[in-house]
Amino acid sequence: MASHYEAPIRRPLVTGEKSYHDVTVDVARPVEGKANKAWWIVFSIALVAFLWGIGCIIYTVSTGIGVWGLNKTVNWAWDITNFVWWVGIGHAGTLISAVLLLFRQKWRMAINRSAEAMTIFAVFQAGLFPIIHMGRPWLAYWVLPIPNQFGSLWVNFNSPLLWDVFAISTYLSVSLVFWWTGLLPDFAMLRDRAVRPFQKKIYALVSFGWSGRAKDWQRFEEVSLVLAGLATPLVLSVHTIVSFDFATSIVPGWHTTIFPPYFVAGAIFSGFAMVNTLLIIMRKVCNLEDYITVQHIELMNIVIMLTGSIVGVAYITELFIAWYSGVEYEQFAFLNRATGPYWWAYWCMMSFNVFSPQFMWFKKLRTSILFSFFISIVVNIGMWFERFVIIVTSLHRDYLPSSWTMFSPTFVDIGIFIGTIGFFFVLFLLYSRTFPVIAQAEVKTILKSSGERYKRMRENGESLSGTGSDVRTSHVKITSDETIVTKPVKDTTEQLDHLLKGIGEFDASSQKADDLKVISGIGPKMEEVLNDIGIFTYLQVSKMTKKEYDLLDEITGSFPGRAERDDWSGQAKTLLNN
Amino acid sequence: MEASKVIHAIYTDDDVLMSAVKTVRAEKYHIEEVFTPFPVHGLDKAMGLAPTRLAITAFLYGCVGLAVASAMMNYIMIVDWPQDIGGKPSFSFLENLPAFVPIMFELTVFFAAHLMVITFYMRSRIWPFKDAENPDPRTTDDHFLMEIAVHNNEESLTNLLKTTGAVEINIVDKDEDAH
Repeated sequence: MASHYEAPIRRPLVTGEKSYHDVTVDVARPVEGKANKAWWIVFSIALVAFLWGIGCIIYTVSTGIGVWGLNKTVNWAWDITNFVWWVGIGHAGTLISAVLLLFRQKWRMAINRSAEAMTIFAVFQAGLFPIIHMGRPWLAYWVLPIPNQFGSLWVNFNSPLLWDVFAISTYLSVSLVFWWTGLLPDFAMLRDRAVRPFQKKIYALVSFGWSGRAKDWQRFEEVSLVLAGLATPLVLSVHTIVSFDFATSIVPGWHTTIFPPYFVAGAIFSGFAMVNTLLIIMRKVCNLEDYITVQHIELMNIVIMLTGSIVGVAYITELFIAWYSGVEYEQFAFLNRATGPYWWAYWCMMSFNVFSPQFMWFKKLRTSILFSFFISIVVNIGMWFERFVIIVTSLHRDYLPSSWTMFSPTFVDIGIFIGTIGFFFVLFLLYSRTFPVIAQAEVKTILKSSGERYKRMRENGESLSGTGSDVRTSHVKITSDETIVTKPVKDTTEQLDHLLKGIGEFDASSQKADDLKVISGIGPKMEEVLNDIGIFTYLQVSKMTKKEYDLLDEITGSFPGRAERDDWSGQAKTLLNN
Repeated sequence: MEASKVIHAIYTDDDVLMSAVKTVRAEKYHIEEVFTPFPVHGLDKAMGLAPTRLAITAFLYGCVGLAVASAMMNYIMIVDWPQDIGGKPSFSFLENLPAFVPIMFELTVFFAAHLMVITFYMRSRIWPFKDAENPDPRTTDDHFLMEIAVHNNEESLTNLLKTTGAVEINIVDKDEDAH
């Protein structure tokens, strides 16, 4: 027998009295229910922002990049700032799902699905910026090494910008299959619960016909592990290569060997902040507080604190190296950052990214949901400023003082940025209403070891064997001598009459009883119950409607909603026609 | 089409299922299939399933990716049109290798990840528009279903399964060619 032992000192990851069926119900609820008013309000705002962004993109593409605030000195500004910011945000998803899987951190299971969704949506936004910046986005395929009409004209594989194309597209596509493969069993769960035919069709399509065979699960787990092993170096490589965009240049302030680890830490830092922002809201809106617990938020805060400190060390190391190198240009670049016209951006970055995460040393603060949310927003803003500082303050006072200038964004710069935020939230909000936002199959694997209910049972010395059953899905238990039989106990004659009136009585002299067990959802026990009531034929079952189902539930008092969910009458109709 | 009979024994607990699988195997019955809502650890070993070789295929696919990247870099950057970029001429693959490492790495990962996932989908027969084959919809919720072929031993098998804690035992006709 599998042991579900976990050290008692570990706090439960799933709180509340959860059974396997509870996990199913809780994860399916936001998908099966209706959106509330708050969702529609936020969605409308996000949609308006997205449409505004599309307008600005169309204006940019049709008029030219000149509508941005760029000039000949500052030729990278908000576009690349936003690109790096979004890519960085994407990193937390892969880190949670891949690196924490390799480290066997069980707490990742409640948050990996949404973190990966965030990754994919963030990388979408990131990818938009270089494509728009090309000016002629319909020629974007020129970055690919494809034979062309110019003879042997190839892309330059020595350029970090091209490495970036490969890194980002590999990252996006691998994250996508990793995410989708993990989604298959959860889509299958929604498919098998779906009542309306349209939903059933859609979830059947997206679940790829997942059936949950033991062999499938064996392969599934192996694939997850190998993908995690591949995604871990991949995620580190992506921001490393993004940092090469700067580090391989000779611009003071960019030409730094510390960039790869510094960028990766910063990416994880900002990514976890965004995960915290999103999940603190989502756990509330979707009633998932039992799965995404304060402990999860606390652990993410610790990661934020750690990576924030690494980023702080990197900032200070940069200053030290600029001084220690004796290179005047480097020294000027950093002095100009801290005390030049963009001093406010630099000190925003310093205080938001280095100072604010240090509050997380205090247990009281890092377990406060409101404070965590506040800090996560601060960090998101701070990390945007980091990229702005690196890009704009390094460029605006270059080697040639006569070309020194300032950058100010136009409404188009701002509009496209706001548009991507809108697009991101449109995608995330749609996701939260249609996708299983928690990897429920994975959570079920840790329920007996880390669920509050099971931990308590184990501590009381009770056996966990057999405790996975739930009265709502199955209460009939076959014993070897078949003694337990569910019989109508309440006085249900009235309901019985109504029920039989609806579906017709069975006449033993002229009709033959059918084998009702053929109908999926009717076992030997349920057949006995039905026979007791007077239901013997497919014809009778096929005439059942919502009214009869409800009457049946009242009479038997077991499997509420079961007959309707399994569509007994539909099944019986098919059987009649064959 | 010849129809064969199978027994579907339904369980509501992973631990009960595990011990049932062991009991049934010990009695020398052949378990055709077990459908579970989540990966039950150790189930594949208990059922006697061979270990999967997908990780090995991933390694091989990764090697293919590395080879493709190297060949591509060599042809494009060295053979077809060598350029002098930033005072660093491209006349030798080995000398220019450092600049190719990022692409070689990315393509290795790209090939390994995608081809392995495609292999997984093909081997497990999952793809868009594929119909699900779990016999009971509850097996994606909290039920576990064990499928055993019946060869004129319905009675003894049913009796055995009853002792293993099954909550439902159904005998169903199954089309041999269903999948």
